[in-house]
Amino acid sequence: MSILIDGSTRVICQGITGSAGAFHTKGCLDYGTQMVGGVTPGKGGTKDPNGLPIFDTVHAAVKATGATATMIFVPPPFAADAILEAADAGIGIICCITEGIAVQDMVRTRSLLDDRYPHCTLVGPNCPGVITPGKRLPDGKGFTGGCKIGIMPGYIHTHRSDASTGRAVGIISRSGTLTYEAVWQTSTLGIGQSTCVGIGGDPVKGLNFIDALSMFNADQETDGVILIGEIGGQDEIDAGRWIQKHMKKPVAAFIAGRTAPKGKRMGHAGAIIGGENDTAQAKMDSLRSCGVIVAESPADLGSTMARALGMVGAAV
Amino acid sequence: MRVHEFQARQLLAEAGVPVPAGGVATTVEEAVQAAQSVFASGGAITVVKAQVHAGGRGKAGFVKVCKSVDEARTAANFMLSNRMVSLQTPPEGLEVRRLLVASGVDIAKEFYVAVLTDRSTRRNVLIASAEGGVDIEHVAATRPDAILKRPLDPVTGLHPHMARDIAFRLGFKGKTVGQAADIFLKLARTFIEKDATLAEINPLVLTPATAAHPDGQVVAIDAKFTFDDNALFRQKQVHAFFDPAEENASEIRANEFGLSYVALDGTIGCLVNGAGLAMSTMDIVKLHGGEPANFLDVGGSASEEAVTEAFRIILSDTRVKGVLVNIFGGIMQCDRIARAIIASAKAVGFQVPLVVRLEGTNVKEARTLLEAARGDIPTMQTAGDLTDAAMRIVAAVKG
Repeated sequence: MSILIDGSTRVICQGITGSAGAFHTKGCLDYGTQMVGGVTPGKGGTKDPNGLPIFDTVHAAVKATGATATMIFVPPPFAADAILEAADAGIGIICCITEGIAVQDMVRTRSLLDDRYPHCTLVGPNCPGVITPGKRLPDGKGFTGGCKIGIMPGYIHTHRSDASTGRAVGIISRSGTLTYEAVWQTSTLGIGQSTCVGIGGDPVKGLNFIDALSMFNADQETDGVILIGEIGGQDEIDAGRWIQKHMKKPVAAFIAGRTAPKGKRMGHAGAIIGGENDTAQAKMDSLRSCGVIVAESPADLGSTMARALGMVGAAV
Repeated sequence: MRVHEFQARQLLAEAGVPVPAGGVATTVEEAVQAAQSVFASGGAITVVKAQVHAGGRGKAGFVKVCKSVDEARTAANFMLSNRMVSLQTPPEGLEVRRLLVASGVDIAKEFYVAVLTDRSTRRNVLIASAEGGVDIEHVAATRPDAILKRPLDPVTGLHPHMARDIAFRLGFKGKTVGQAADIFLKLARTFIEKDATLAEINPLVLTPATAAHPDGQVVAIDAKFTFDDNALFRQKQVHAFFDPAEENASEIRANEFGLSYVALDGTIGCLVNGAGLAMSTMDIVKLHGGEPANFLDVGGSASEEAVTEAFRIILSDTRVKGVLVNIFGGIMQCDRIARAIIASAKAVGFQVPLVVRLEGTNVKEARTLLEAARGDIPTMQTAGDLTDAAMRIVAAVKG
């Protein structure tokens, strides 16, 4: 089990003929994802280098391939429209990797999704995507049964059945590379991952911590959750309160940006300290008060999770 | 992107919001002329205001109310020949290049009004308070009920009935209700049309009653706007407001190479891929007793040239006593970083200690490359994990 996506998910790529779209379509295919096609307006009827069919519209792609998820690499000025096109075509899981979408575009898009396409789950934008790790093939040269939608390096992930502890955790993160760090550290400690969700670094986005926490809470194959937040906004504080009330599984957390100066945007559009309550320290204190184990150092993401899982013997 | 007060005023005026007459001056003489025209048109006072991208101007003596042309001359001379130092500026202060010389306005009451995007509701929201002219964060922290919030419709914006409701609740009376509501509508429209991230009028002023205006008049005295960098591609007018002189030169140069760089005041330069990991790298440096000199995210697809430029920018900061490279290769391939390190050693040279921690895509190739180049980069150490890397660079810098 897993959340959002699994080996049966049928995926298209919007922007498949662009350099990033093409590169990562291949990466997802290599990981074992069921990539079934792509969309680039004006290139319908052709095929990509992997032989995948390309369509002019998402509607046509869904009709021909039965796609249930999409991975968006459309350039920022057109990406919000690409999200709405996917929703309108009935796609259930929309992963928008694109970085740099205008805030007002996302305000309108998110509101339209909520009002008119409630069946849709948007992940991102400005995120690494979602991965449900597959099992390692006996020859060690790849994975099977998993699904990778996005830009993360697949090989660092571990399926529960390949993990020496037999455990698997879910990961929810606002940051891409910091997620890889968490995956790497848990894999090294013999802890697998059920699903890793990059919710993205933008101020207005789709799936949030609480949405993903609630899915992991209900997923039988998830033993605990790592939550990776950062400065800006108060989603982590809301997540802490939700965890205190509803979460049945241990949660370990890390908040990036304790040294970030006030008022400066730190790379991510959403990572800017506004008031007193969106500093890293305020978030760490609040999460701790809600029963979450918070790592002091980004090097302790894995060991903190191990501790939260009660793995006393783990090298922590 | 930040803009100057006079630019924000221009946008408000174009939208039809009343602002006091005024002019921009870059020399004392221009300031004197602007002040003369204020007094010539019947004004009793003029306000000279330094135009810099930092707050705390009043306390620093860079906003002066002047009753004569001579006072305006003295104020302009002081502001243009001294650097402004406030809590919001670097310790060495900021050079003042422009002044706003505006007509003074009699004040009966001051209000606060702003539009911004509220992340938790994912809506644009209008915020208003009858306690204007002061630090609004202080009001929010001490008297939250003194702040009114009204979410805008995500698709249609602020409606007139919402604007009127806010005006009534702020205590506007008679003809000023319509004036205030009209300003709120125009502020909200400007915020959305110009892709602002903050559109603030503080103070919004109600003038005393006069024979001509028995209810007083509503005027915007000071404005602060910031804009969404991601929307500048469709905001030509706003983009043209960009003032490179107000920004850190290294940050601008980094931007041209697609790098995200923020200068800090420590001694350990950091080169990282990914914003979250870059922030965390600063945090772990601090955790082990060092001080980060910068935030630098090279992103996922930076070329070897861009990474070399990143090293150049970091090393051009004379406070940097050591450099920490932390890469978790996803899209970014570790061997590209290794090649950039080797190229930078030749092009720029590492006089200071360098600690390199690489993990992820193509890490084996990268380690082989660095091992072969070790003789050419004597100050380089390689680290196994994040903690090891942080401890090594802190020790090297202290040593």
